[in-house]
This record gives sequence, structure tokens and C-alpha cells, in this order.
Amino acid sequence: MAFVNIQNLTYKYPLTKTPALQNINLQIEQGEFISIIGANGAGKSTLCYALAGFVPHFFKGEISGIIEVDGIESSKSTLDEWVLNVGLAFQNPFNQISGAKYTVFEEIAFGLENIGVPREQMQSRVEEAMRLTGISNLADRSPYSLSGGQQQRVALTSILVMQPKLLVLDEPTSQMDPIGTREVFEVIHNLTQNGMTVVMVEHKVEWIAHFATRVIALKDGAVLTEGKPSDVLTSDVLIENGFGVSRYTSVAREAKKQGLWKKEKLPVTLFEAAEGFGSNK
Amino acid sequence: MNINITDLHFTYPTGLEALQSVSLNIDSGEQVAIVGQNGAGKTTLVRHFNGLLKPTSGSVTIGDWDTTKYSVAKLASRVGYVFQNPDEQLFSRDVLTEIEFGPKNLGYKKNKIDELVERALVLTELTDKKETNPYDLSPTWRKMVALASIIAMDTPIVIFDEPTTGQDFTNVTRIANVIAELKKEGKTVITITHDIDFCAENFERVIALSNGKVLLDGEVHEVLGQEEILAQTYVDPPQLTRLGKLLNLKEAVINQEEFLSVIARRQR
Repeated sequence: MAFVNIQNLTYKYPLTKTPALQNINLQIEQGEFISIIGANGAGKSTLCYALAGFVPHFFKGEISGIIEVDGIESSKSTLDEWVLNVGLAFQNPFNQISGAKYTVFEEIAFGLENIGVPREQMQSRVEEAMRLTGISNLADRSPYSLSGGQQQRVALTSILVMQPKLLVLDEPTSQMDPIGTREVFEVIHNLTQNGMTVVMVEHKVEWIAHFATRVIALKDGAVLTEGKPSDVLTSDVLIENGFGVSRYTSVAREAKKQGLWKKEKLPVTLFEAAEGFGSNK
Repeated sequence: MNINITDLHFTYPTGLEALQSVSLNIDSGEQVAIVGQNGAGKTTLVRHFNGLLKPTSGSVTIGDWDTTKYSVAKLASRVGYVFQNPDEQLFSRDVLTEIEFGPKNLGYKKNKIDELVERALVLTELTDKKETNPYDLSPTWRKMVALASIIAMDTPIVIFDEPTTGQDFTNVTRIANVIAELKKEGKTVITITHDIDFCAENFERVIALSNGKVLLDGEVHEVLGQEEILAQTYVDPPQLTRLGKLLNLKEAVINQEEFLSVIARRQR
């Protein structure tokens, strides 16, 4: 049995007419780094909420199908049990930060306090998590005095510190500077090497191509296509459906039309593009 | 209407020195992108342009107005500012009322208001949503409402604070179209962004900030080609600039057109 198992999941928010998710089937092995892509409104956040138990436990609405993580079924669990296994970092850190804490350090400790982790352990876990995401220097600042990208790192850290088996991230780098984005991808990648399973919604195709083990493209609440990044991110079906692709892919696609790209396969990463364009000098 | 910043220093009440001796001149009609690492002072800088923040020392003038001598409400007639987070900006019960609010407050005549609102709705593709409560829209569309309500004020200077954050491909294209249209109308557009490819494709001048200081300021190719210096403020050059560099192209290419023309020449 896969670590995450979603079967025939269909979900409709209260007071809406059309389902936000339609017949989703998804199996994820432990240690995978899954990237979810799709237009705004495709159901990406809703799928995150479903994995994190917010759908349906918090949002209510109509649900059918199965969501299982590590052999436990979401519908047979409660939110306070579920959060021990699954962590979700929100798309908008303003919505996640508790507002109950004066410093970044305390904010990150908040989740651990709630599950009753002993004080000494809590301190070392918070310090370690802050070191990992490079925010040790922000420990004494107020979460609300930080820039957007810094708040996003705090939001991410406060989930990482919980050491979830399944980490769900909803556009965790949307407000981060470019190199900071790459660093976060590297941190997440390293965590998956140690067995954490990650599902990440992202628009930044270049880094998805580098780090994700599998890409799932959603459209109108259903899975449009899925597979290896190098296959999915160069597929015609993405272009036809208005998805963004990396500049390497789009420039090579155009170059191919002009006879300037000689390879059959289009590139998704910098190195694939350099190799392809460099080899026909 | 130009923006002049002379030896600007700004220190937050907490003692954080967010800007240190920043001097810049932005001419009327320029398209400027501001880039730099999180916490570099980008938002702090642009909040001086509409008077939300006043210099600790130094000066900021918008045209002939020194921002310390004019209220935010007054400065709003010259500088429109689209917040990073639309939820900090929107408050009306429907999209139309939201967009009308700005131009009404500036005291424009009824038919001018109607015209400006109509143009803003069309530019942001919100026409079919004008009756909707902004909070019933998705975050993407709320962002467009925030844009529209500032564009409708018809200010000579428009500031966007991270307009493409969390936006999908279609909406980024939509936002690029809005910027192109404002440029055509001769507006000054200043945009904070982390999306360097978006920056390369839509702006002529780039200012890189680092730790409250101007690190680089110049024409887009000139700035985005400087990989080592940009790295100091956590910025990568655009994807195609990096590719060009790996291929040992002589000059910095920043977009698809430039890249393809250089490659075509090389292969001939």
C-alpha cells in the first residue's frame, strides 16, 4: 500500500455548485517529492487541504472517496490526530501566523507547545528548524515586522519543526527572492532524502524540473496529466491547456520550429538546454 | 512627473535601519523594476513615494512636491500604490464600488470617473465580475481588483508591489499587458518583483537593492548580466541570460527573441 493513497476523491465546498476536486486518484510513495501544477482555481489548494485534513474536517462540504496517509484514513481520524502526521504550510503566511506570539522563536514553538513537547526538546527543535531554513537571525523579531518572504520562511519553519511524515506546501516560495527559493527547494529535497514525503504546489517550473520526482498537473479539479518532470513539463498537453513552462522549454520549442534545436526531446533544465544548444555549434 | 530621492535614510521605530543613503532619479514615463533579497528594503523604499513612510533624513520629491509636506491622501493624486497583499487593500461590497472609490476621492467629474472605471475593468478583464463581492473572488481575481482600483485613479505614477506573486501563467500575461498599456499612456511604472524573467521581459531599467542600499541601477541588460553582484542580494539572472552565459555568448541576452537571434547567427 502506498504511503499516501487517494481513491476516487470528489469534493464540493459548502454553498458551491461545482466540485473543487473530481475523481482524483493518486498514490505517493514515502520519500517522493511531488509537485502539483495548475492554473489558479484548478483545485491545487483544495487538494492540499484534503491531504492536510482541513477538507472535510474544517471546511465541511460534500466528500466522497478515500484519503489515506500511512495507513490511516482521514474520515476515520480527527484533525488533532491528523496534524501529528501531516503538516501544511499555507499559501499566504499572513493567514497562518498565529497572532498570539511576540517573537519568531515563540511562533515556531507554538505547534510543539500544543502537542505537549517537553521544554528542552522544544527549544532544540526550534533552533534546529530555524538553522535549517536560515532564519536564526530573525528569532527575536516580531513575526509581523518581517517582509513577505521572511514571513513565508517562518510559516514553513513552524511546520517543519513538527517533523511531519507528510509535508504539504502551498506555494511556499511565492514571495521569496530567487536564490532563497532555490535554497528552500534544496532544504526540502534533503528532507525527502531522509524519508519525508513532500507534496508542493508551485508555479516555478525551473526548480520543479530540478527537484521533483513527479509532477501532477491539475485542471478544473481533475488530474490532466502526471509523470516525470522531464516528460510532463515538455508535453504539448500543457501548452494546449495554457500552463506556464520554463523559458528553456519555450525557447527550445521555438528554436525547433526554426531548425535551431536539433534534438527530439525539449529541455526543462538549464543544463539540458545548454547541452542541446551547445552540441550543435 | 519625476521622482527624486536624495540621500534617503529610513529607520523603523524598532531601530532597524531599512534604507541607507539611497539616491535615485526616476524620470517621467520610465518602466522600472526593483529587485533584491527579502528584507532588502524594497517595500520600505516605494512606501516613501506615496508618503506612507516619511524619510528619517534626506528627501523624496514627487514632481515639485516634497513628500513630508503633503498628506498621503494628497499624494494619492500623483502616486498609485498596489499593495503586495490585496486583502490589505480591498474593503467594498462589490468590485465596481471598489474601483470607483479612488477616482471619486480624487474629485474627478462623473463622466471621467465612468470612463476611468470602464477602462480599468476592461484592462484587468473584470467587466463580467463588477457586481461580485471582492471576497467571493479567488485570490487571483482579488489581485486584479486591487490593480484595477489603482489604475482607475489615473495617476502619473503607478507602483506595483510584487504583482505576479502566486499568479498563474495566464494572469502573469494579463498583468504584463496592463503594464504595457500604462507604458503606452506615458505613465511611470515602478514594480517590485522577484520574478526575474518577468522583470527582463517587461522593464527597461532595473534597480537592485541590498541591505537598504542601491547595489545596481541601470539598463536591464546591464544589470541582469551581472551574476556575481546580483548574487549578493539573492537574485539570479533570468533563465535565458544564464543559458547564454553557459553557452559563452558574448553579450547578455535576456529574452527569447534576443537569444534566438544570437543562436541563429552562431549556427549560420
